[in-house]
Amino acid sequence: MRKGKQRHRFLRRALTLHIPLLIIVGFALAPYIWTFLTSLTPEEDLYLSEFRYFPANPTGTNYLRLFSRIDYGRNIRDSLIVATSTMLLGLCITVPASYSFSRYRFKGRTALLAQFLVINMFPVVLLLVPLFILMRVLGLMDTYLSLIIAYSTFTIPFSTWMLTGFFNAIPKELDEAAQIDGCNRFTTLLRVVFPVALPGISATGIYIFITAWNEFIYAAILTGSNVRTIPIALQNMIGEFKIAWGLLTAGGVVSAVPVIVLFFFIQKQLIHGMTAGAVKG
Amino acid sequence: MVQAPRKRVDLFPYLLLSPALLITILVIFYPIVRTFTYSFMQYILWKPTEIKFIGFDNYLKAFEDPVFWISFQNTLIWIGGVISLQLLLGFCTALLLNQNFFWRGIARTLVLIPWVTPSVITALMWRWMYDGNRGVINDLLVRVGILSSYFPWLANDTTALYAIILALMWQGFPFFAIMILAGLQAIPDTLYEAAEVDGASALQKFTRITLPMLVPVLFTSLMLRIIWVANSLDIIYIMTGGGPGYSTHTLPVYSYIRAYKGMDFGYASTIAVVLTLLVTLFVSIYVRKVLRMEDRGAV
Repeated sequence: MRKGKQRHRFLRRALTLHIPLLIIVGFALAPYIWTFLTSLTPEEDLYLSEFRYFPANPTGTNYLRLFSRIDYGRNIRDSLIVATSTMLLGLCITVPASYSFSRYRFKGRTALLAQFLVINMFPVVLLLVPLFILMRVLGLMDTYLSLIIAYSTFTIPFSTWMLTGFFNAIPKELDEAAQIDGCNRFTTLLRVVFPVALPGISATGIYIFITAWNEFIYAAILTGSNVRTIPIALQNMIGEFKIAWGLLTAGGVVSAVPVIVLFFFIQKQLIHGMTAGAVKG
Repeated sequence: MVQAPRKRVDLFPYLLLSPALLITILVIFYPIVRTFTYSFMQYILWKPTEIKFIGFDNYLKAFEDPVFWISFQNTLIWIGGVISLQLLLGFCTALLLNQNFFWRGIARTLVLIPWVTPSVITALMWRWMYDGNRGVINDLLVRVGILSSYFPWLANDTTALYAIILALMWQGFPFFAIMILAGLQAIPDTLYEAAEVDGASALQKFTRITLPMLVPVLFTSLMLRIIWVANSLDIIYIMTGGGPGYSTHTLPVYSYIRAYKGMDFGYASTIAVVLTLLVTLFVSIYVRKVLRMEDRGAV
């Protein structure tokens, strides 16, 4: 009797929980699995008449050709430079700003805070044309700096909000104690609050890095020959007459893996910030 | 609270803010003002001698431009399709993840993967899966017997937009799942216990407790997501470039194509301004709500 009941319960759990969730997880992973399998298939095998799910002779040729034939290493370097600089610039500017929002009540605070939220939601196309013209006038077309500047249009508002949330979570008594111990207002931020906020700050920094690493639209319009980040390199491969899918999928895997790994490190903080309503999406 | 004595204005908070403000003024506010100005100008990059103010001509042109209206309509289908699918799948995922089972942590992490996937990679992977010659989706559908031969999903003007909607559903449903999951976990167990004592059925508990308690979370995530999806451009642009024909033109795509390919900065700005005005409605509702939360210290 009891055993039958248990089996019945297990079956119900499987039908209402495990199987549907497995299907959803499968749906989430399927494009990656397929992309990865394709990247291991030699280009000429992709067009055999018989459709194969698993490559008959899995190879790493596509990955090797990525670096020997199309100079993907240079694209990775460009992406690294742009994403790292965007992150550092963004943090240097937004850490003091969010500290100010979190700790002080001053005239115009709400309005200023609101504007950082509002500008985060404007469409990219609203800024694209003037930034393009500005970069041309300043002679910055096709440089790292043009992308770093353009990316601060979304990293600064986002990061200000995210960090204000993290600073708000640190008790204000900490600042007061530091000041009683003889810190001035700058050293309070630098020596006392900054170290405590470091997990939140690094999570925000990594998120900035990821968004800059992934960005396509600005990169397409502001750069392309001297500076060519990974998304642009991938798009250029699509643009060719016959798409080399083996190469392209290999490039996609190389580009996505670091992002996913970085994301796992900041998952908790990011979800915290996101569910608090600060993140764009 | 650290506060300066009255009368003397404390400049320190403004000092801390000044770099951020300066940069925002330069790279955001100044460009926005420029875009509004350009939208009243004839401004085609390769006709530098013919740049001039033309009043509302660009707006009138948009009103009479069939491609503008196609893009407008596609934007509505795009938002409606993507948001409802993401919400539906995200909701189901959240309900499943809200239970206790041994692989819950792993499941939650794996489900998040689409959300961190770069748009270019999302576009590329789905484009490959939809491929008319070697697409795995075609192969599966033929194997199951739904299709008799391969179909070029992205090259057909009735299916292209819906095919991209499905790809964006994949990328975005984890966002709803995580937001709704957080909302579910914030519902106190005592509510369900009390309902159980009163003899409520599972369905009653869902419609009388779960749904009403989720309203705030659903509302904020919907606003946020509508704004984001309305503005999104890269996935569509990479998957189809707006084509075939105008079948996957949305307002951001149309503006981008006008600016980038046509170098028609005046008209591109006009479309961008119209899009912004449409989105502003949702932005203002959302911002008001978040500011109230921030005031209470909830952010």
